Amino acid sequence: MSGAKPMKDPLDLLDLASVLTDEEREIQATVAKFLADRVRPHIGEWFENAHFARELAPELGKLGVLGMHLEGYGCAGTNAVSYGLACLELEAADSGFRSFVSVQGSLSMYSIWKWGSEEQKREWLPRLAAGEAIGCFDLTEPDFGSNPSGMRTRAVRDGGDWILNGSKMWITNGGIADVATVWAQTEDGVRGFLVPRGTPGFTTQDIKQKMSLRASITSELYFDSVRLPDSARLPLAEGLRGPLSCLNEARFGILFGAVGAARDSLQAAIEYADSRVQFDKPISAFQLTQKKLADMTVSLGSAALLALHLGRLKDQGRIRPEQISVGKLNNVREAIAIARECRSVLGANGISLEYSPLRHANNLESVLTYEGTNEMHTLVVGQAITGYPAFR
Amino acid sequence: MNIVVLVKQVPDTAAERTLSEADHTLDRADADLVLDEINERAAEEALTLKETADAEVTVVSMGPDSALDAIRKVLAMGADRGIHICDDRLHGADVVTTAKVLAAAVRTVGDVDLVLAGNATTDGQASAVPAIVADLLGLPQVTHARKLTVDAGRVRAEREAENGEATLDAPLPALVSVTEKINEPRYPSFKGIMAAKKKPVATVDLGDLFPAADDAGFLVTRTRVVEAVPRPARAAGIRITDDGSAGRRLVEYLIAQKLV
Amino acid sequence: MPDVLVLVDHDGERVHKSTYELLAAARRLGDPAAVVVGTPGTAARLGEPLARHGATVVYAAESAEAGEFLATPAVDALQLALRESGPAAVLVSATTDGKEVAGRLAARLDAGLLIDVVDLDSSGAVTQIVFGGSYTVRSQVTHGIPVIALRPGSFEPEEHPVQTAERELALPPIDPAASARITARHAALAGDRPALTEATVVVSGGRGVGGADGFAVVEELADALGGAVGASRAAVDAGYYPHQYQVGQTGKSVSPQLYIALGISGAIQHLAGMQTSKTIVAVNKDPEAPVFGLADYGVVGDLFAVAPRLTQDVAARRAGS
Repeated sequence: MSGAKPMKDPLDLLDLASVLTDEEREIQATVAKFLADRVRPHIGEWFENAHFARELAPELGKLGVLGMHLEGYGCAGTNAVSYGLACLELEAADSGFRSFVSVQGSLSMYSIWKWGSEEQKREWLPRLAAGEAIGCFDLTEPDFGSNPSGMRTRAVRDGGDWILNGSKMWITNGGIADVATVWAQTEDGVRGFLVPRGTPGFTTQDIKQKMSLRASITSELYFDSVRLPDSARLPLAEGLRGPLSCLNEARFGILFGAVGAARDSLQAAIEYADSRVQFDKPISAFQLTQKKLADMTVSLGSAALLALHLGRLKDQGRIRPEQISVGKLNNVREAIAIARECRSVLGANGISLEYSPLRHANNLESVLTYEGTNEMHTLVVGQAITGYPAFR
Repeated sequence: MNIVVLVKQVPDTAAERTLSEADHTLDRADADLVLDEINERAAEEALTLKETADAEVTVVSMGPDSALDAIRKVLAMGADRGIHICDDRLHGADVVTTAKVLAAAVRTVGDVDLVLAGNATTDGQASAVPAIVADLLGLPQVTHARKLTVDAGRVRAEREAENGEATLDAPLPALVSVTEKINEPRYPSFKGIMAAKKKPVATVDLGDLFPAADDAGFLVTRTRVVEAVPRPARAAGIRITDDGSAGRRLVEYLIAQKLV
Repeated sequence: MPDVLVLVDHDGERVHKSTYELLAAARRLGDPAAVVVGTPGTAARLGEPLARHGATVVYAAESAEAGEFLATPAVDALQLALRESGPAAVLVSATTDGKEVAGRLAARLDAGLLIDVVDLDSSGAVTQIVFGGSYTVRSQVTHGIPVIALRPGSFEPEEHPVQTAERELALPPIDPAASARITARHAALAGDRPALTEATVVVSGGRGVGGADGFAVVEELADALGGAVGASRAAVDAGYYPHQYQVGQTGKSVSPQLYIALGISGAIQHLAGMQTSKTIVAVNKDPEAPVFGLADYGVVGDLFAVAPRLTQDVAARRAGS
């Protein structure tokens, strides 16, 4: 039903693929193929049934996706751009899968890799990289989201041990994690602890009735006088710098991932608009639809360029936190706008789980909030350009 | 054990395929090229054997510069080395020439125990190349295998054809072609992708493979396309209302369309 | 008239219909000479029907082990017959076996090979349909004796009784190190259908199938055509058929040479998964069903009347070949 032949890949109008290395392209294509085979056929159903396909974790591990940008301990050791492109493809399938991978690689594994002892790294990283074990990262609390320094979870010394009390909220992978990286106040400031599943006093409760990220697990975690040896503490992490460094890693994946969700939404809209006929012609031939598609293509291209630029900076070791804030702020904001607009192109069919845009839009509501809300990233950028912190 | 896998890069089957107006060969410039899916299964079979036996896997592909991507993919899956036959003179090569060139490339490997190929490629469907390569190399052709066992110097396979199945048995060295049912190919791992760049790929041309042949005497094709007519765009089709004869008329239509 | 060599398809007792198609095609180019490869006595058993269909010569390439090895005896036999007769062309059926025999022979002769031919004329120019029907190509051989594999079903068998001379060909002994031995033969596994996304024929059922039991009609037609079975989302949601066979927006995208939609209305979600099929046939009771807008051949009618008849006729045609 097409008119004149459209360009070969309308989703890459700017030909960004041409500035990737062969290796980056191959990694991206491998992730895309895996997801096309193993996730896409089922994702609508999983989202509807609030099912996380945990059995895919070892397969993702085998590919090398988990902790892929880390060196050693069974990790693949790719560059940052490759990691970003993998996140892009994962989120093009579903933000839930990208969230799983971000938490596993950038939060759980990175916290151990960056701040852990050699013993902790050897114990956990190879299993986490293989997807045999699952990790989570516990910073946010029911009453402390944007303001983690107010956290109530506390660890106090008891002889050579630590006693941990408190609770954590909105923890991706929480209910299935084999090891939790828990951040708690101590008398010396914030410290991190590795708490294995099954430690007495450590319980979890999955959060039900979500309207977003339904294909991944989000949990509340409770610590009731959990006794931990000092060897459970991440020895190199001191203060909030510990958890915040991890969040920067994860946000980097998100600013690529959002591009994926937007691309997938736009693809659905372009294909649909070409096949949907009203008033005897495809709706893609109407000016109002074309304006939507064109505007979205421009903003998708800009977001992708931004992501790639930040990826190159990260690979050169020059990226700064406020630059990551620019990326997360812009790309998630644009992605959610694209996903919603794509839903409108699909008309009534847009509310069906057979099409991805509304699922992506709903998922992106979480992405907009987690790992620093839009508002907090706005203030980070504000401070960077004015010098005035305006957070409180 | 020395295993050679023959692979080919083909246009993505999901994409539209066009013939060039100039010489009626497949227009590859316009197409997304991918490693042929059945070839990928041949590679998987080789790599599975490599896991259980001490084997070196060489992947051979004939095609333009872009065929290197197909070779690299198999290297990323775990093959050890590649041979890329790249020569502009091979543009438009027919089935016989393709087989002769592939056989010559296999000969350069030396002491080959097993040659693996896909039973067909999605672009040509001639399905004859593996059998010809076997004939040229004097190897038993164990083709269209949906199941394969290599053990104690012999190969056994379940051959699938339209008239039923057959069990084949042959001594090594042998050539095996596999069907799409034989296995599920692995995904290359990221470590594999990164390691593939360091694996050796020899690029050879006709001069390397046939040093004695003179240029003018080398036949690239023994057939000529006189005319290629694209199928007319989908028009409003035939519509009938069943009066009891629709089943029969439908069969006649399918026969006329050469579909049954 | 020059000879045209025809490789006889047979099961030892009976000549297959595809051979008669080859003989009919061969008569456009010259005098058909049939090559029978088999155990001793086979050519004598098959001589009469071959003569009735125009074979002026029957070459008997017989040995005790001829049936035990794959392809090699047939290639050897054709090569011997070629030396005897110097033919204008060699014709074989474009079956799995036939294509391989044709290829090996062409390579030995350094001759042009034309495969999957659906028509040919007296000049030797042939017609092929390539890329799953997207092109019709006319080709000819420019070097050597044309070796042509004809797609079964492309020619009508013709009776043309002639006097036949039988000639013996002495097959060379087979080198077991260079040929695969056939140690057992068995019928194809029933219900062993091709994968949905790789099948050349897909037969899909929709809500109009009416229930899980009704899918037997869909499966039988798919089996007769050697195709895969698909289902629309409506049929899957209604529990008629498992999810992994769903064709459409969610589910698989297919692009077979022939797609037959039975009782599928053609919601936009379904069309998204099959509209690139080369030929689309639809059977639906509702003349307003959107699937008819896309179908090359649409039947307004009851699928339970049309499909079984189609299955029967296709099966009969296959059995005859």
